[in-house]
Amino acid sequence: MGQEGEGATLSDQQLVEIYRSSVRINKVDEALRKLLRTGRLQANYYPPRGQEVLAASMAAALQPDDYYVTIYRGLHDHLAKGVPLKDLLAEYFGRATGSCKGKGGCMHVTHPETGVMVTTGIVGSGLPIANGLALASQVRGDGRVTVTNFGDGASNIGAFAESINLASVWKLPVVFVCQNNLFAEHTAMEKCTGGEIYQRAIAYGIPGVRVNGNDPAEMYAAAKEAVDRARSGGGASLIEAMTFRFEGHNYGDMQKYIPKDLYEAKKKVDPVPALRAKLIEDGVSGEQELAAMESEIDEEIKEAVDFAQESPWPDASEMLVDVYAEELAEA
Amino acid sequence: MSTQISGSQATQRALDYAMGIDDTVLAFGEDVADPEGGGIMGSTAGLSTKYGDRVRSTPISEQAIAGAAVGAAIAGMRPVAEIMLMNFITLAMDMIVNHAAKTRFMSGGKTGVPLTIRTMSGAGIGAGGQHSDMYEAWLAHVPGLKVVVPSNPADQQGLLTSCIFDDDPCVFIETTPLQFAKAEAPPADHRVQLGKANVMREGSDVTVVGYGRPIHDAMAVAEKLSGEGIEVEVIDLRTILPWDEEAVFASVKKTGRAVTLHEAVKQFGVGAEISARIHEELFSDLKAPVQRVGSLNSIVPYSPPLEQAYMWSKDRLEAAIRKTLG
Repeated sequence: MGQEGEGATLSDQQLVEIYRSSVRINKVDEALRKLLRTGRLQANYYPPRGQEVLAASMAAALQPDDYYVTIYRGLHDHLAKGVPLKDLLAEYFGRATGSCKGKGGCMHVTHPETGVMVTTGIVGSGLPIANGLALASQVRGDGRVTVTNFGDGASNIGAFAESINLASVWKLPVVFVCQNNLFAEHTAMEKCTGGEIYQRAIAYGIPGVRVNGNDPAEMYAAAKEAVDRARSGGGASLIEAMTFRFEGHNYGDMQKYIPKDLYEAKKKVDPVPALRAKLIEDGVSGEQELAAMESEIDEEIKEAVDFAQESPWPDASEMLVDVYAEELAEA
Repeated sequence: MSTQISGSQATQRALDYAMGIDDTVLAFGEDVADPEGGGIMGSTAGLSTKYGDRVRSTPISEQAIAGAAVGAAIAGMRPVAEIMLMNFITLAMDMIVNHAAKTRFMSGGKTGVPLTIRTMSGAGIGAGGQHSDMYEAWLAHVPGLKVVVPSNPADQQGLLTSCIFDDDPCVFIETTPLQFAKAEAPPADHRVQLGKANVMREGSDVTVVGYGRPIHDAMAVAEKLSGEGIEVEVIDLRTILPWDEEAVFASVKKTGRAVTLHEAVKQFGVGAEISARIHEELFSDLKAPVQRVGSLNSIVPYSPPLEQAYMWSKDRLEAAIRKTLG
């Protein structure tokens, strides 16, 4: 276990857990895309394929009750933070047993039991809300840290600037995590983003760093430093974590806007198989051990998909429940 | 001995009371802390001195202000965020409409957003096209929100306290010119139930349904017409969403005639919804079609005579009432 601050290192056990979390996300994503492809699932789905190690390494730096805010591309963050797979998949299927009774769907997963407080479908909207969660922690002195995940596209919306400025002046215990996958919807970063994203944080008076988000050691060290800073009263930070997405903006995206050579170069350093190879190469895990772990995950996914598909639909009477704390009469 | 308070003082009293009995109540917005003046109207005066870090002045960042309120509320606080003027709420609409209003439903009831957004507006003081509009109808079109417009200091204090302790997101709209008018102070713990209208004056011939500043004009017109033997019932809705259908329907069933009245422009306004509901439910009881009075479908003008021509007026209300009488 590494020390606080720069250079925090991962133990072998932590690295194996990061792989377990990453490969689980990878496999759940594959299962969801197969369900969509075969017409068994209807969902606006934003695959996180390629961003698994980033999410798992970030979550490894957190305590269970720390707050998490994420976006429509959120499967990796939800699983990494601990949302139970059955609750999550049942929500994808719109069933009564889902984390939000099927009323939110995959873009709005909420699971306060694991700290997942908000999943937003509006680009950039998580940042101002994360400040509010962090404000509550600051006023209560509850020691929680709030992490808000968003993409590079979100760094160009006004809420990004407003939120980082407010977090800076109020010294809020919040970590802004920009998962930079190089494309804002279909537009390449260089066509829509001026300057460097991490430097925008520095301009507002908080630390900003850029790391290889697909490298567990680098990502974890940056995460730990920012989380420790927030928890100890040192205020907000921004991490620009470089990554890539292999399955487009949303499911069905043909990705014609991604240059072939870029895609192929990224595929060669796909973080999940890379981490698997490293564990074996460094003698941390054996092939057999990892294969056993992976088949255990396959079983878990099969069971969760069956649970979700076989769960009941929400009753129509749910329609007016939860609009208000107390149901109002329908005119 | 009675104490007279202004609208701004009513707000200050509600906040002071709420913050005094509940540590989760926070207040923030532009210039609200004491070093910055305790709010442009003094509505938060003394609170930062008394409650410290729970009262904060913010940057001029409406989306960040509303977002911080949404997040703090999800985390279990009762934030009262101030959007200084209602036109500035346009900058915070994503937080209010997509997040505050929908979070309880989309989370399947796992999280709620017990925030209050205070804002202020109103024409007639030469503030022009971007500092005077009433946009309550926009907000009342969003399921999940509650929308409140008080017409006097006692209601302002009692309704605001109810909003703060309500478990749903409330938008509380203070009318600028009313902030200076004084009336008797209610007790510190005064609360007015949300969703309940106030029958300001009983009458048998016509029902005027309104809220906010024009209610005072309705009372004046009612007094005038009473001299002619026309008895007008005046209902102050107080809460726009959810509005008190029961009180309005009971009154219109009795009078058979109704006029809706508000400061906002007439087209697609709250009056249109009320009129539609009366026609849907009480068509056979009506002696005349429901009339609507509001400001003209234009931009709030700067020049005083133009601004007066834009605004609803006692004359227009009187004409609408007479029209229902045939």
